[in-house]
Amino acid sequence: MSLFTRWIPRRYRLAFSHIVNRPFELLMTGLDVAIAPLQWVLGVRRMAYFFIAPNLIIFGIFILLPMVLNFYYGFTSGQSILLENREFVGTDNLETILTCEDYGNPNTCKEDLFWRGVRNTGAYVALQVSTMVVLALITALALNRKIVLRGFFRSVFFYPVLLSPVVVALIWKWFLRYDNGLLNALLENFGQDRIQFLADPQWARFWVIVVSDWAQMGFYTLILLAGLQAIPASLYEAAEIDGANTLRRFRFITLPLLMPTMTVVLVLAFIRAVQVFDQVFVLTGGGPGTATLYIVQYIYREAFVNSPPQFGMAAAASLILASVLMVMTLAQLFFARRSEAT
Amino acid sequence: MKLRTVLLLVLVVALAVPAASIMAQDQVELRIMWYNDGNEGEVLRDLLDRFEEEHPNITVEIDTVAYADLDKTLQPQVEAGGANAPDIVRVTDTARYRPFYLDLTPYLPDPDYWEASFAEPVLNSFRKGADDTGIYGFPTQFTVTGPFINRTLFDQAGVDVPSEVMDEPTWNDWVEAAVEVAEVTGVPYAVAIDRTGHRVWGPALSNGATFLNEDGSFTVDSPGFRETAQMIIDWHERGITPLGVWVESGGEYASARPEFVNGQLVMYMSGSWQIQGFSSDIGDTFDWQAVPNPYGEGGSTGIPGGAVMAGINTTAHPEEVAMVMDYLASVDVLTEFTARTLFIPGHIGIAEAGVEYDTDDPSVLQALNTFLAEVPKLSEEAYGLQYSPIGFPLNVNIRDRLGQVIVGELTLDEAIVMIQETVDEAYAEVYGE
Repeated sequence: MSLFTRWIPRRYRLAFSHIVNRPFELLMTGLDVAIAPLQWVLGVRRMAYFFIAPNLIIFGIFILLPMVLNFYYGFTSGQSILLENREFVGTDNLETILTCEDYGNPNTCKEDLFWRGVRNTGAYVALQVSTMVVLALITALALNRKIVLRGFFRSVFFYPVLLSPVVVALIWKWFLRYDNGLLNALLENFGQDRIQFLADPQWARFWVIVVSDWAQMGFYTLILLAGLQAIPASLYEAAEIDGANTLRRFRFITLPLLMPTMTVVLVLAFIRAVQVFDQVFVLTGGGPGTATLYIVQYIYREAFVNSPPQFGMAAAASLILASVLMVMTLAQLFFARRSEAT
Repeated sequence: MKLRTVLLLVLVVALAVPAASIMAQDQVELRIMWYNDGNEGEVLRDLLDRFEEEHPNITVEIDTVAYADLDKTLQPQVEAGGANAPDIVRVTDTARYRPFYLDLTPYLPDPDYWEASFAEPVLNSFRKGADDTGIYGFPTQFTVTGPFINRTLFDQAGVDVPSEVMDEPTWNDWVEAAVEVAEVTGVPYAVAIDRTGHRVWGPALSNGATFLNEDGSFTVDSPGFRETAQMIIDWHERGITPLGVWVESGGEYASARPEFVNGQLVMYMSGSWQIQGFSSDIGDTFDWQAVPNPYGEGGSTGIPGGAVMAGINTTAHPEEVAMVMDYLASVDVLTEFTARTLFIPGHIGIAEAGVEYDTDDPSVLQALNTFLAEVPKLSEEAYGLQYSPIGFPLNVNIRDRLGQVIVGELTLDEAIVMIQETVDEAYAEVYGE
């Protein structure tokens, strides 16, 4: 029995459902009148294209077309955004970006800021993804147990995911500021010196990771929690009877069975970390200096902050980023298929 | 009876609709893309309301954007052209939009008035080359970079204001005085400078730097520039300047205005455009003053600047654009605009006649007089930098590279080499060499 009709006395339910359903029936009949001749003309198989066309058009205009334009921009130079005013320069932009005397030292690269962005992004991805996945796993394991106020804690950990990245960054900026920041006020209260959390490169890098972990962890916790709940309880009962302790149960049951979910979490977290921009842009602006300048912000700076704007360089850098992400996506598909096969 | 009423209504509608559409065709709508430093958008609206009363067939809309977003918003619009582009713009990076300016000359009743009223370097800054004699726009205001001090703090500390006891105080004299004031009064910061290369140019030129070469290219490395850059680096190492400006701000423009307005800063290197905002934000909380640019081997110079208004050549209504521009550039209107916005006039005649500013605030009057006294001291090189087509790349790169030096990512030597490479590339792009 439908939840919506349960409160209606039984003898009126049929009449109620007629009233509610009638407009839908009329609508569907109307659609049928319009679509049936079309189906007659196109045939049943081709009707699928008709139904996906609206979404395909939107996807084409807002995703596919910009991708094609970006590809073309990557091989042109000039200040204009109009294609006809841009000069085709072949792979010059890519060559400029990739030219380095010593790849370990960004200062020797022709486009040193790109390589600082690459180095910063690499360090950020490694630390942010690893810490967040470990923390999300610990949290998911804790929330999977029968603890008091389990529902409340699940909401608490998920809540930051609902916040906009800009809001998250502004909250934390207020928290970390040197002048009138909450954390520094606490330090002073305990007789400690204030710390330049956002003006010291190491501290800034640290807090960018902490804030990202805080903001995103709930989402991955939820996925891992679903993975944990899909593991049959009978396996744990059998292991317990066999005398396996908690660590061994985790090592030989939880971890192997959670691996497919973990792979998805790792790949999603990796892709998101490589694309990091909005939160860090508001929190540190890429500074101090270029300590938290990541690749996407480099692209943004080249296209929209520099004067004159370097749209070609920005597009070329985004092609490199897209290639990296594509490799990661293919790796995800490979691992997912392999785990399905086993 | 009823049928007759219905027929009458149909007739009225049949006549009214085409009439309304004809009226709508005659009505011209213009759009200005604008940004605000203070109250100038409000003043402009008042002035345009009066224009619209005199010209009921023209409506002028003001699209206000944040200054930081101006170029990001404007460039795609002017390039796209048509209905997407504004008809008139207010910009500071004049060279960037050169291909898009509308030559107003054929539509102006008296082009000579414009030639006589606005400085040649400003009119040239719109032009595409030496052969171009078109009139494209005018400066809404003239600005001069220079320092402000918190006078109340100087008085409380009992420290002499250097410009009152010395003939030609240097940056070193000013900074040491400000440090003493900060120490005595317990204010956290002694000195600050906006995070932009444009603000660094003035002190660098005063310290003897020379950037401009005869062919229009730049040489970044000079003892004067090194001395100035090192001075700003030292402020950070000594902890006498707020790190929020140059260090915490990442890769964009940042000002120390909040610190100064909140009484946390003794001396603030910025410019005349801050006056109206200081008057409204500081009020009578403390006394503030503008002081002359410090002296050095190169004399004492600020950097001229300011915003300009120009027509855009994709407009469908060039005549009406010229009418609006001619109205806004007229002596009476520009005088009122200047008096109410507390700007330094960019109009030669108005500057010579003097402006009765719409304020009783003694700090404002003192600051305006100080900046007016700075105008004759501006060096030729200061004008050259401001109106060079590659001035903005130099400005942006000094800002970003110096920021990297301050946090230890680069040495000053490395930064100078990198700035030089970038401005050389910009020069090659502009001049094709």
